[in-house]
Amino acid sequence: MEHILTYMTFIPLLGAVVVLCLPRENNTLVRWTAFAATMPPLLMAIWLYMNFDRSTDAMQFMERVQWIPSYNIQYIMGIDGLSVTMVLLTALLCPICILASFGIDKGVKGYFALFLLLDTGMTGVFCSLDFFLFYIFWEVMLLPMYFLIGVWGGPRREYAAIKFFLYTLLGSVLMLIAMLALYFHNDPHTFDMLILMEKSGSYSRDFQWWAWLGLFIGFAIKIPAFPFHTWLPDAHVEAPTAISVILAGVLLKMGTYGILRLCYPILPLATQDMAFYALAVLGTWNIVYGALCAMAQTDMKKLVAYSSISHMGYVMLGMATLTPQGINGAVLQMFNHGTVTAMLFLLVGVIYDRAHHREINGFGGLASIMPRYTGIMTIAFFAAMGLPGLSAFISEVLVLLGAWQYDKILTVIAASAVVLTAGYMLWMLQRVWLGPVNEKYTGLPDVTLRELATLVPLAAIVIILGVYPHAVLDLINPSLLALNQTVLSAIPMEAVAQLP
Amino acid sequence: MLRWIPLLPLIGSVVNFLFGAEIQKRMGRGAVAAIACLMPILSFVIVVGHFQELRGYGPSDRIILDSVLPWIHIGSLNVDIAFQFDPLSAVMALVVTGIGSLIHIYSYGYMDHEPAAWRFFALLNLFMFAMLTLVLGDNLLVMFVGWEGVGLCSWGLIGFWYTDHANTTAGNKAFIVNRIGDFGVVLGMFALFWSLDASGHATLVFRELADNVRHLDGMIIWGLPVATLVTLLLFFGATGKSAQIPLYIWLPDAMAGPTPVSALIHAATMVTAGVYMIGRLNFLFSMAPQTLEIVAWTGGATAFFAATIGLAQYDIKKVLAYSTVSQLGYMFMAMGVGAYAAGIFHLVTHAFFKACLFLGSGSVIHAMHHEQDMRKMGGLRKYMPITFGTFFIATLAIAGIPFFAGFFSKDEILWKAFLHNPMLWGVGFLAAAMTAFYMFRQVFMTFFGECRADHHTKEHLHESSWSMTMPLVVLAAGSIMAGYLGVPPALGGTNRFEQWLEPVMHHQTAAHGVVAATHGVVTAAHGEGHGGHSLAQEYGLMAASVGVALLGIFLAYLMYSRRTIKPDTFTSLARGVPHRVIFNKYYVDEIYYGTVLAGTLALSRVLAWFDRTVVDGVVNGAASLTRAASWVNGAFDFRIIDGLVNLVATLVDKIGGRVRLIQTGSINGYIYVIAAVVTAVLLVRTW
Repeated sequence: MEHILTYMTFIPLLGAVVVLCLPRENNTLVRWTAFAATMPPLLMAIWLYMNFDRSTDAMQFMERVQWIPSYNIQYIMGIDGLSVTMVLLTALLCPICILASFGIDKGVKGYFALFLLLDTGMTGVFCSLDFFLFYIFWEVMLLPMYFLIGVWGGPRREYAAIKFFLYTLLGSVLMLIAMLALYFHNDPHTFDMLILMEKSGSYSRDFQWWAWLGLFIGFAIKIPAFPFHTWLPDAHVEAPTAISVILAGVLLKMGTYGILRLCYPILPLATQDMAFYALAVLGTWNIVYGALCAMAQTDMKKLVAYSSISHMGYVMLGMATLTPQGINGAVLQMFNHGTVTAMLFLLVGVIYDRAHHREINGFGGLASIMPRYTGIMTIAFFAAMGLPGLSAFISEVLVLLGAWQYDKILTVIAASAVVLTAGYMLWMLQRVWLGPVNEKYTGLPDVTLRELATLVPLAAIVIILGVYPHAVLDLINPSLLALNQTVLSAIPMEAVAQLP
Repeated sequence: MLRWIPLLPLIGSVVNFLFGAEIQKRMGRGAVAAIACLMPILSFVIVVGHFQELRGYGPSDRIILDSVLPWIHIGSLNVDIAFQFDPLSAVMALVVTGIGSLIHIYSYGYMDHEPAAWRFFALLNLFMFAMLTLVLGDNLLVMFVGWEGVGLCSWGLIGFWYTDHANTTAGNKAFIVNRIGDFGVVLGMFALFWSLDASGHATLVFRELADNVRHLDGMIIWGLPVATLVTLLLFFGATGKSAQIPLYIWLPDAMAGPTPVSALIHAATMVTAGVYMIGRLNFLFSMAPQTLEIVAWTGGATAFFAATIGLAQYDIKKVLAYSTVSQLGYMFMAMGVGAYAAGIFHLVTHAFFKACLFLGSGSVIHAMHHEQDMRKMGGLRKYMPITFGTFFIATLAIAGIPFFAGFFSKDEILWKAFLHNPMLWGVGFLAAAMTAFYMFRQVFMTFFGECRADHHTKEHLHESSWSMTMPLVVLAAGSIMAGYLGVPPALGGTNRFEQWLEPVMHHQTAAHGVVAATHGVVTAAHGEGHGGHSLAQEYGLMAASVGVALLGIFLAYLMYSRRTIKPDTFTSLARGVPHRVIFNKYYVDEIYYGTVLAGTLALSRVLAWFDRTVVDGVVNGAASLTRAASWVNGAFDFRIIDGLVNLVATLVDKIGGRVRLIQTGSINGYIYVIAAVVTAVLLVRTW
């Protein structure tokens, strides 16, 4: 399986082209074609999972082709433990989201073509090891997302789409500047991340700081870290279900992925300096602030959106600790949050499709009407609360365990959020699913087979990873330990950097 | 084989969750109940088998291990999904599976008209799984899985009849209050782990902890010795799970669940998890005398205050709930004075008599069509002889009447408390008096006198079915016999129970040696306890507590049976203020709601507002500013820049318009002009 990463990245794009060529009136064909286009990447992801070498921290499945030689831009693909989990997550969520989008009946061709383009962009970001290529994929992702929210979204879709677009663009610009600075700083000029990492010792502290901040703000917007987070609730509320799933499941991870992929190994000195305030303190603030904001929401999607902000805070806190437990917990949390939040958004989507609103106080007693739905929902809710035995518990405990070693006060504050999370989750559960039956909704049908097909695989993963987290931890541990070591062992080399 | 003890109920739970509704529809409630009852019974059989195996070993070899799966191995953290069966786990597992099985059988009768019996039994089985994981886990993290797992099941079962808002609110309260405690447990675990890591002995496995906690000596976090900090945090978690001050508030509300749930979860097993945890980590707690002092007094205070609240309740289950809180207080008192075995002993006897009491009250409630107010009961002994008989035996047991189980275990605790600090004994002594009073008040109000039920209910009064009375009889028998497991030497016994636990609790004596060096209080009392005290003193205290119990019973008899003393004499004291305060549980709930809950909700609203208005306001403001700037820019562009361009154009146009006039199209005119110009140029040149 040479070029497997290229195939995984571009087969969806091919699918998008095929979808565009299909007859306009045959929506069913379009839907299933789109679904089929996400199948090869999923199968390849399974193959990758089985054949991934878990004993090394080196890049695997590398591909390297000259692309624009005059500027030394290359097409480099490759994955290590950090990116393989994200590639798996993307490959897993895309078919699920396509299934969840079968209800879309407006501009079906455009929707699925854009979705597949988005798939290509996402996979590309996680696979590319050339900064320029990374940037291209990053931007490729932005465009379909804008249209998917702006055209197929809710009533305030245009506001939300533009907000999302401008915010992300601002981040991209800062990233672009940092990227060019790195490019010109090396001689010969290069975008090759592996070389940039190798040369990390040659960047002065000042240079690292500025480059770090540029990259960080770009990524912080994506995470989203306070105070750059307000695009998220709006985007989630307006986006169609499947797009919310992708947004929370994959796109948010790009922020933390970017920090770990670029800031950590390329700018380790700045990482040492910045980790406390920019990641640990801000991450803790995210955790508590997101949880408290979630508690006050009355729109289900908004609540879940704020819970995402809270849960992504764990990732930031975990990676800041620079302990094996913390950083492993952070990446595991990225994966777990991807599956758990995906479930939550899918579940909200199920009810929205039926009742056409998401007002928490407008329901009641759904458990009596939709028992199977309620059963799966309970799993997702308790997973989000970090109940032991389910996946998120492992990652949260690892993060907090690492954090204790790093800073005890922050750990106490962050850990207090477990109470808040239980509070807002159980409160919403009570208001929507329990209590007396709301007569208005007695006729709602229980989950359909198609909906089950989107939810059950995720629920299974949530349970399996709770019992056997090493299914993921084994993949990520070697790479993350090496990364940790890179940052911890970085020493200032101002003298070297001052050379012309 | 060990793994099957928790796994069997888990399988039962999964089966009933997935297929229970279908099974119940096709084959009836019996099929669902059969699956659910079979699993804990099988577990019980396996537990008994292991117990026998354990007895075959020498005291120090009594441990069976079963490692199922590597769980988390990151850095120095190495945790497996593994179970251990040692004397303490054996005791707990016997109680959980034994009493658990009985309550499962009872539930078949109790939940007879329940359309969602499958869900009930699935949750009950899931609870068994979680509780068994808790007591069999071989490390702190696996124990924590059970610890939170029982909380989940408790939530699901308290709110089992979820269409009533009050039930689900009680469930949420239980879960969230427990979570507050769990927050402490997690932090305690972290502090313990990293402190041991610093000494190169990072572990969370109980056996290894027992060998390595000595390395904690001399370590300080936040000005506290690590052992003290860790145990305080863990004990905070225990106050949540085991309903002690300050986190006891959820347990009385938890009575909203079906009565078998109250018996199993909120009396016999789950709420004792905190006691078990201290017993399990006794080597650690013994290193922290300050914590033990806090544990002892928290237990004593809880025993006392809960008993006072119990005096004034009318709901048959609420009385039992406060009694449970109070009895758990005794257990913590025992743990706090280092009498770990005595605490666990009381846990066992309490499991029998309190389960019997709850199931008895359930039998009453079932017969009374879900009436729980004791003021509407009375005279039921005629209608329900078996329920009455078993309830009465269990009441004698809890009141501490000699020859019944509670007498042995409670007196053991009071005696140890006295040796530690006579004041603590005094608190426990008063609580014992109140216990006897409120329990007999309950018996008199429920089973004696005239029946105050309405006509309709009265007609249908009946003894419960066999599946309910059988467990009652077994538990009543246990309420007598369990006490004889631990007859103290003073009464001619050898305290076999304490001996059995000795391999787990032996650290107690070793660790107390350490304590002796640094701290005089505990050891002084302890040394006395083993040698210097007189038998007369022990007999005297025994007689005193029996006497005060009889006094309480007599007072209850006078007030609620003979009615020679009117209850009003007390309720109207000082204008009824004390009674009202006690009846309303000292308004602790209201205080918590008013401060912690209201505060959190207010904060969340303020932050959400801040987020919407300020943070997003800045974003939108920036956008508006940009738009304003672009408008200015646009205006500038339109008026000035474009204006200049237009001005030029206009000028050109205007000038062109004027100049155009010259362009007449007449050739003659042009020739004149050309000739004139040429002439002029020639003239200038040749000048």
